[in-house]
Amino acid sequence: MEEERKDKFLAPENEIRQVAAPDGSIIEVDPLEDYFTQERPKPYKVRKGPVENFLNWARAESLWVLGFGTGCGSIEIPPLVTPRYDMFRFGVQMRATPRQSNVFIISGYLSVKTLKRVIRTYEQMPSPKYVMGLGSCTINGGMYFDSYNTINRLDHYLPVDVYIAGCMPRPEALLAGFAKLKELIKEGKGHKANEYVENFDWYKDNQKKVINDWNMPDYNW
Amino acid sequence: MQDTIKNLTERFGASNMIEKKPGLIFITIEQSKAISAVTYLRDIEGYTVLTLLTAVDWIEDNVFQLTYLLNNPEQITEIGLRVMIDREKAEMESAHHLWPNVEVYQRELKEMYGINFPGSPRIDENFILEGWNDKPPYRRDFDTKEYAENNFFPRPGRKTNDPAEYMKQKMYPNNPSDYTNKKYNPNR
Amino acid sequence: MDYSIQKFLWTLLGLFIVLNWGFLMGSTMRRIGARLAGRVGVPIYQPWIDMIKMISLRTYLSHGVLYYIGPVFRLVGGIGMFLFMPVLVGSEIWSNYSFSGDLILLLYFQSFGMLGMALGASESGSPNATIGISRGLAQFAAVEVPMTLAVIAIAIQHHTFSFSEILDAQQGGFMNWTLFTNPLASIAGMLAMLGAMSHSPFNLVKAPNEIPIGPPTEYHSSFLSVLRTNSAIIHVVEAALFMNLFFGGADTWFMYIIKTFFVYFISVFIGMVFPRFKIEDSVRWFLKWPTVIGIIAVLVAAYWK
Repeated sequence: MEEERKDKFLAPENEIRQVAAPDGSIIEVDPLEDYFTQERPKPYKVRKGPVENFLNWARAESLWVLGFGTGCGSIEIPPLVTPRYDMFRFGVQMRATPRQSNVFIISGYLSVKTLKRVIRTYEQMPSPKYVMGLGSCTINGGMYFDSYNTINRLDHYLPVDVYIAGCMPRPEALLAGFAKLKELIKEGKGHKANEYVENFDWYKDNQKKVINDWNMPDYNW
Repeated sequence: MQDTIKNLTERFGASNMIEKKPGLIFITIEQSKAISAVTYLRDIEGYTVLTLLTAVDWIEDNVFQLTYLLNNPEQITEIGLRVMIDREKAEMESAHHLWPNVEVYQRELKEMYGINFPGSPRIDENFILEGWNDKPPYRRDFDTKEYAENNFFPRPGRKTNDPAEYMKQKMYPNNPSDYTNKKYNPNR
Repeated sequence: MDYSIQKFLWTLLGLFIVLNWGFLMGSTMRRIGARLAGRVGVPIYQPWIDMIKMISLRTYLSHGVLYYIGPVFRLVGGIGMFLFMPVLVGSEIWSNYSFSGDLILLLYFQSFGMLGMALGASESGSPNATIGISRGLAQFAAVEVPMTLAVIAIAIQHHTFSFSEILDAQQGGFMNWTLFTNPLASIAGMLAMLGAMSHSPFNLVKAPNEIPIGPPTEYHSSFLSVLRTNSAIIHVVEAALFMNLFFGGADTWFMYIIKTFFVYFISVFIGMVFPRFKIEDSVRWFLKWPTVIGIIAVLVAAYWK
């Protein structure tokens, strides 16, 4: 079953192919094995003490949000950078690349197709990383609870730190969500990324249940 | 416009004309003559723009209805060609040689309704759904709620209220009929 | 204490001051930009918090040796520019390691960081990084032309490639500044500065929305903190370079801070006003007016001096 699925949905650039080496010999390249690592993630050690408290404070005061709108709720994010709400005051900034961001806002409904990209992106972010579920779609499916193509509960696929209820929540609610997230981080509870790693098999089972064309490594480093 | 309809009726056996509004006519045509009628409209009658190609699932009659909505930019008129195809053997001639964008519509119809268009480019590739392994979701015998419940971990305890009923209960708990009375009372 | 060790410690202190001034200037400029848009803007201490946070992030990613070396090269470019440029005029301890040919070395160090970054970012394998690098190198090659022409004109004017001597020649009143003694070279140099600072009209290299952040796409946590450190240093040092070349240098730290602020502010101000150039447009622009003015400046300097 695993082999069959892999073959059916494998992207053309990831197929096993013959490549000529610089010295003329022909070698076989399996991109999934050679270009990607199949290594599983390991949980990091959560430290305690005044130094860690200070670092937690810094993490809370410098939240870098990934600019990735997954659903209709992402229309609530642009007002946050306008004069009316101005999230820069609170140390919340937008970043364009997952490598440099800490906060992932799942803005509203999440279709299965987007979920695949979201998982890839989430796994590329450096720990500690935080997920905010925006809108009721991420909590119980919202008005799309019976759709064939949107997931119902986000916390079965990614560990969620803060939920912001509403359809849609206003930008003020988003700011309140950021405040709540800061509180959690300062209390030292912002280590949901570890939870993801510890329950890795459960999360992966859930993800693979809905993503039928799983054609990537288990963990996207 | 009337000449076109007359020609369509005489040459291609079109029937069941419905005029929705001036300049928008729907007409039903047999499956075997549909593509030649579309070609005729495009090349001879000046209906050069394909506005859309869509389908309706008439599950009771066991047919799919394909609609080719064609636009004549000079006369500013539109003709919708309706083609009834068998639901069991859902297959239709491809029209991708007439307009390149038909290819995309046909891929969508293949994925969402399971209507096959043999010979259309990239017809077997994923369009929106990736790795879909169930019944095509726009067919009416596909139960989307059941599919979601089986696949997407519904949160227990979720309640669904009818909005009108719920507001009645909330606003007029003692006498729910007040709500209707006030809403439709013109002297309010 | 040995004199060389003493000198080294003073230089380190200068680097520390410049680094913090760079952070402060960065957040101040961001606040100014925010006020222009009607916002409040980031807190003034945001860069330091960002640094602490970036260092505290877990790093578990490797793209090979050059990937690690890239930010180090970049930082060397920034620190090298600081080391070989006199900070204050006529001060022995604040002259750093400037020597008689330091102007040429500085021009080299300007491109050194960019080249190191090109190596490291290409190693990361991200196509966005490669696009950013190719844009950055193309634009920088175009910026170098008017800048070098301006420097040559000044060198001909003062008969030297030494910073200290150029600075000494500009002392004694603002009418002795190169800005007034050699206006053509100043114009060419200041126009080139807009590109060297890579602010808004010429910031396609790091276009955040089209090619996510450009060259540093893959850099995170400590690598990014090194890059941030470098950008803080290099903004001050670039401003100091142009201050030394055209605005008579500074004789106290207070003047240093004031002048670098205003030189940097010129580029920020222009960045606030003008939208972004496409890369081919910016290359064409640099090779047009600034280059023509630079050539005229060289000819004028060669003819009259």
